[in-house]
Amino acid sequence: MRILIKGGRVIDPANHLDGAADVLIENGRIAEIGHGLAARGAQVIDARDCIVCPGLVDMHVHLRDPGQTHKEDLSSGTLAAVRGGVTSVACMANTDPPIDHPTVVEYVRSRAKQVGRARVYPVAAVTKGLRGEELSPIGSLAAAGVVALSDDGRPVMSAGLLRRAMAYARMFKLPIVSHCEDLTLSEGGVVNEGPIAAVLGLKGIPAIAEEVMVARDLLLAEDTGAHVHIAHVSTAGSVRLLREAKRRGVRVTAEVTPHHLALTEEALQGYDANFKVNPPLRSRGDVEALLEGLQDGTIDAIATDHAPHAIEEKLVEFDRAPFGVIGLETLLGVVFTVLVLPGHLSEVQAIRKLTVNPSRILGIPRGTLSPGAEADIVIIDPQREWTVTPEGLASKSKNSPFLGWRLRGKAVTTIVGGEIVYSDQGENSGFVEVPPTTGRDLCRDIEEVAQ
Amino acid sequence: MRHLLGLQDLSPQEIEGILRTAAAIKAGDLNVSGSLRGRIVVTLFFEPSTRTRTSFELAARRMDAQVVHFDVGTSSVVKGESLLDTIYTLEAMGVDLLVVRHQASGAAHFISRHTGCAVVNAGDGMHEHPTQGLLDLFTIQEHKGCIEGLRVAIVGDILHSRVARSDLFGLTKLGAEVTLCGPSTLLPRDRSGEGSLPLHGVRITDSLDEALEGADVVIALRLQRERQQSGLIPSLAEYTRFWGIDASRLSRCKPDVLVMHPGPMNLGVEILPSAAYGPWSVIREQVTNGVYVRMAVLYHLLAKGGENQPQGITEAHGGATDRSLLPVGRR
Repeated sequence: MRILIKGGRVIDPANHLDGAADVLIENGRIAEIGHGLAARGAQVIDARDCIVCPGLVDMHVHLRDPGQTHKEDLSSGTLAAVRGGVTSVACMANTDPPIDHPTVVEYVRSRAKQVGRARVYPVAAVTKGLRGEELSPIGSLAAAGVVALSDDGRPVMSAGLLRRAMAYARMFKLPIVSHCEDLTLSEGGVVNEGPIAAVLGLKGIPAIAEEVMVARDLLLAEDTGAHVHIAHVSTAGSVRLLREAKRRGVRVTAEVTPHHLALTEEALQGYDANFKVNPPLRSRGDVEALLEGLQDGTIDAIATDHAPHAIEEKLVEFDRAPFGVIGLETLLGVVFTVLVLPGHLSEVQAIRKLTVNPSRILGIPRGTLSPGAEADIVIIDPQREWTVTPEGLASKSKNSPFLGWRLRGKAVTTIVGGEIVYSDQGENSGFVEVPPTTGRDLCRDIEEVAQ
Repeated sequence: MRHLLGLQDLSPQEIEGILRTAAAIKAGDLNVSGSLRGRIVVTLFFEPSTRTRTSFELAARRMDAQVVHFDVGTSSVVKGESLLDTIYTLEAMGVDLLVVRHQASGAAHFISRHTGCAVVNAGDGMHEHPTQGLLDLFTIQEHKGCIEGLRVAIVGDILHSRVARSDLFGLTKLGAEVTLCGPSTLLPRDRSGEGSLPLHGVRITDSLDEALEGADVVIALRLQRERQQSGLIPSLAEYTRFWGIDASRLSRCKPDVLVMHPGPMNLGVEILPSAAYGPWSVIREQVTNGVYVRMAVLYHLLAKGGENQPQGITEAHGGATDRSLLPVGRR
């Protein structure tokens, strides 16, 4: 099985590559990148005016499987992923039961093998039951193939427990992904504390609720030598703390979500629960600081925090609605429209933060077009304009804050392990859904990682 | 105007229009009895409130509407029915107007997006209580003639008070200078530690004396006892010592200051009897005016055709500053 992608602009930040080239795929791997490669019986994909780059790696996704499959499951979530150009996802541990035991890891991996379109890398809980009381079996979880540890959605409030978790995780070379929120400062809050919250009469979550915990986790990372990854950074103060810590040489990385870059607290004016996220949408000044953080490398990755919720769960009083928005299918479009088009990031910078950087944070061999690597590729049409509609989303849930947005930039072909798993020929042509290939092990590389 | 969700959404002209109608009804120049005959008004209260509910029910009855109280405590809501389904159910029964009190901010907005009925917000969480705002404006206007240029101090739990917000939006739209005052833990703030309301003509201070200096109107807010239990203030006694309003502290205000309170009062906490029952107090007038203002709101939403002003009212009474509408003398 050979595929030749011809005439595209190949961007592979891992190999400092940016230029017109053809990409040849053989036996599921990248065989050659060069000019004027001959087809010789290969299936040819015309990539003129398109960007050809490594498949995106979304290191922060809630797939809701097991236990909450009315919101999303491993099939629908990975379909949404590949439609958004995402070929690898790290799925968070707050499932039901949580991913806090090797058995659940095994379930996620084997189920992903059966029905998954994209590669699925489980993240395990730091503490048993995400309760923040005792350590989960971190070593066994590492051996079962998890790529990181996180109680995401619930911060580990005990500094003592987190310090032990870091020391322990370090032995197994697992990063701890920290959801930074001091619950005694955010308690009951639903939107950013500030003028909008004051006018709407909604309880605020102050920026300091995040920053206090970022500061704590940076100090603990420095103390233990563990790798801490700060999830969904949302405030100017957090960016400043991260910048200082990186300068000191603390082993810390960080991510930001598209919605924290594209939206501010102003979006809350109509009490639409599709803008209710945690951390909350912040101020204009915070967004500017996040952009600076992306530009100067303080923030390493862009990740969606894809958090599906059923329609009826969001169609309630604002205070009662759950936090979270979906993002897999709008990731590329929002990044290109909001970051690349206005010139905040170059295509290369943006793709770096969507591919090789998250791969390195998680220690997985993805996000690269190096010859010999498994061929995970996305072909992006940067000029393609499309409108976000609920009907157009493959995710089981429709809680996108970008409904109605006109976006520019879209994945038109997604390839995982040398197989075309998604191909979109036009705005209204629907999509070609390629059934999952049963038996092909999308998770097989996890063994390599675990060892 | 299809709904009354908050004073933030209204133009100064719309607010003045409602106040004029209320004045005309109170003066007997606009006869609204019978104007809601055949219309069905439902009071949908998810939080207990005898005073506001009674005021709305009286207002609707005086206009001959059929008034039904939807008892949340004994309804399917306690069986887990969602707010949306409750609304759909009431709408299907042919209701014309919903008066809604709910503990969640934004609940009235949410309901209005999903129903064809007119919606009147009778208090949503910490957000707005627009008819209380309107009746406060009405009462101030009756005594002072004009809102513009008045110095108004709103004192108490600003952070959690829907009355404070409606008063604030209404007063600033009509040109008053508003000072918000309370302990810093009960004031809206942003990270700079300063007050943070994006409105012109608003000052925020923790000093009661500063807030009362030269005030034309003082509005004391009810202090919920939970605030002490949740650690926002050390004790009620300490609150009273620094922010309780009594006759001696009122000496900093203008001599003809009005003292107002949305009720129900915690006498001896946020307001002391010397202020609540003193010569400046218009607290009982507020309650009386509440019925007229709510009649005016129902009139504008259900009885009046389209967006036009009621015939003759504007011309006959010359609007907000017409002295003929003022009560003779002061108490």
